[in-house]
Amino acid sequence: MLATILKRLLGAIPNLIGVIVVTFLLTRALPGDPAAFFAGPAGTAEAVEEIRVKLGLNKSLPEQFLLYVRDLSRGDWGNSLATGQSVLTELTTRLPASLELTLCGLVLAVVIAIPLGILAATRPGSWIDHLCRGIATAGVSLPTFFTGLLLAYIFYFLLGWAPSPLGRLDPYLSSPPTVTGFYLIDSLLVGDLDVFVGAAKQLILPAVTLALFVLAPLARMTRAAMLGVLSADFIRTARAAGLAPTTVLFTYAFRNALLPVMTTLGMVFSFLLGSNVLVEKVFAWPGIGSFAIEALVASDYAPVQGFVLTMALLYVFLNLAIDIAYGLVDPRMRIDQ
Amino acid sequence: MTKATPTLTLSPWPKRWATLRYVVAENPLSLAAFLLFALLVLLALVGPWLAPFDALASNVGAPLSPPSGAHWFGTDALGRDILSRVMVAARLDLGIAVAAVGLSCVLGGLGGACAGYFGGWTERIVGRISDTIMAFPLFVLAMGIVAALGNTVANIVLATAIINLPFYIRVARAESAVLRNAGFVEAARLAGNSEARLLFHHIIPNILPPMTVQISLNMGWAILNAAGLSFIGLGVRPPAAEWGIMVAEGAQYIVSGEWWIALFPGAVLMLAVFCFNLLGDSLRDLVDPRRRT
Repeated sequence: MLATILKRLLGAIPNLIGVIVVTFLLTRALPGDPAAFFAGPAGTAEAVEEIRVKLGLNKSLPEQFLLYVRDLSRGDWGNSLATGQSVLTELTTRLPASLELTLCGLVLAVVIAIPLGILAATRPGSWIDHLCRGIATAGVSLPTFFTGLLLAYIFYFLLGWAPSPLGRLDPYLSSPPTVTGFYLIDSLLVGDLDVFVGAAKQLILPAVTLALFVLAPLARMTRAAMLGVLSADFIRTARAAGLAPTTVLFTYAFRNALLPVMTTLGMVFSFLLGSNVLVEKVFAWPGIGSFAIEALVASDYAPVQGFVLTMALLYVFLNLAIDIAYGLVDPRMRIDQ
Repeated sequence: MTKATPTLTLSPWPKRWATLRYVVAENPLSLAAFLLFALLVLLALVGPWLAPFDALASNVGAPLSPPSGAHWFGTDALGRDILSRVMVAARLDLGIAVAAVGLSCVLGGLGGACAGYFGGWTERIVGRISDTIMAFPLFVLAMGIVAALGNTVANIVLATAIINLPFYIRVARAESAVLRNAGFVEAARLAGNSEARLLFHHIIPNILPPMTVQISLNMGWAILNAAGLSFIGLGVRPPAAEWGIMVAEGAQYIVSGEWWIALFPGAVLMLAVFCFNLLGDSLRDLVDPRRRT
């Protein structure tokens, strides 16, 4: 088992290298001369040259790459021009907000999509099957930023059920002491139910928006995988042997159908992290996505590059986690070793 | 998954027509999607002439007026007619998506076909490029590319094309790896055709049907991506009419109840994506009935 995990870890290394090379190339592809850009419009020729040496731009590209990797590993991800803070600190303080939102969206999507997919597969052609198909096609067509606005309009402006769609917490509540950075968990740790409820209320609309978008691929895949498994011979045998329908469905079929669903989780995370940026912008969520957008609009490049790198690293590790879990869930993967 | 190719290349027209009719009857939404598609193409071609008002002119109506007889979709904060802006925007939105998907299909198709046909180091290099792109959350990579190369519409097209590359590479590689050993390719090789001729005259024409399906499945996603990028302020600059940026302009008015500014462009964007997704599904059913889900 340990060997499986180790092998997967090694398998992630080429992707990790690829990600770092691409982000490095993106930093070097800045419009115009980066040195002239950092020197500003008033920079003299000497100032530009000085910055060029300081940034290591006078060295060859491979040397620059090594310097870049060294800076990254030292935690020097550059500074944000707007706040003057180090990009790495900014990102780490904002990352929990993004993660809390993304994970809630994912959990919500999984909780709805998997039962829906199973129901649709066990009753092909029924209304629930059509509903599943409809949701699957409509869900991927929804622009997340538009659904977010629509939900905010309906549930905040028209019905008044949701709080104003701005930020993680009402201004009159103070944020809980930071332990994990997840407001839902931190507020429970200090036993502050008001803050917990307040944070949950702010979280619901953006999380639903995210869930609506990733619901579609998950439901579709669950349905297809269940249909495939349910027509297999071993299911017929199990039924013929007189096993209870629920045993056949959950112990025999669902556990097998789970594997293809897990492989699509990688794609789902790609969607989720991407649309997270849009949802954060719509709901003024103080995560790394809205931080990157502010920086983009202000042509502040270091935070954007830091953001792309963080997201990519996060994605590589999520895929790694899925791979490891896959190896652990599927007994065949263990025998293959 | 490649066995479906003969049904498309060999079946006579009347039979295909029957299949088309069957697909439409099975899923009446396909017909609706096709009509919507025709409307969108029409708007993209002649939208600016059909629009009742100048899309860029301010104060053609009172600012922030709700939908009425004169302005069906209402007006925005500058008094511009939203219906006209939505109609004119079709060209830019579809243009970006078509250009990006076209670029992606040509590059990804060539790369994938070479990788599948030649194998060896070509396959390793192409595969590595594809894996590296897929190692990023795709929308985030597009943001990074536009931020690095400069905030222009051309770079939006390029970024959307790059993040779509892996899908075309995958299809083209899988198809041509199978075709490489097909009887007719062997025969053509023995007849003394050059490798380039085999690739361009025998392999590539035969991977076109699955590539077409991939294009139609991809188009909606490309529109969504481009609109998402302009929603966060990349690429298209105001006052240009584009669905994503129009939703962004209307976003601040949603909380004060002026819903029409963001709703109409957003709904049209959604319909366009929905239409392409439905068409993609029907086209796939037509080309390869076994991949229906």
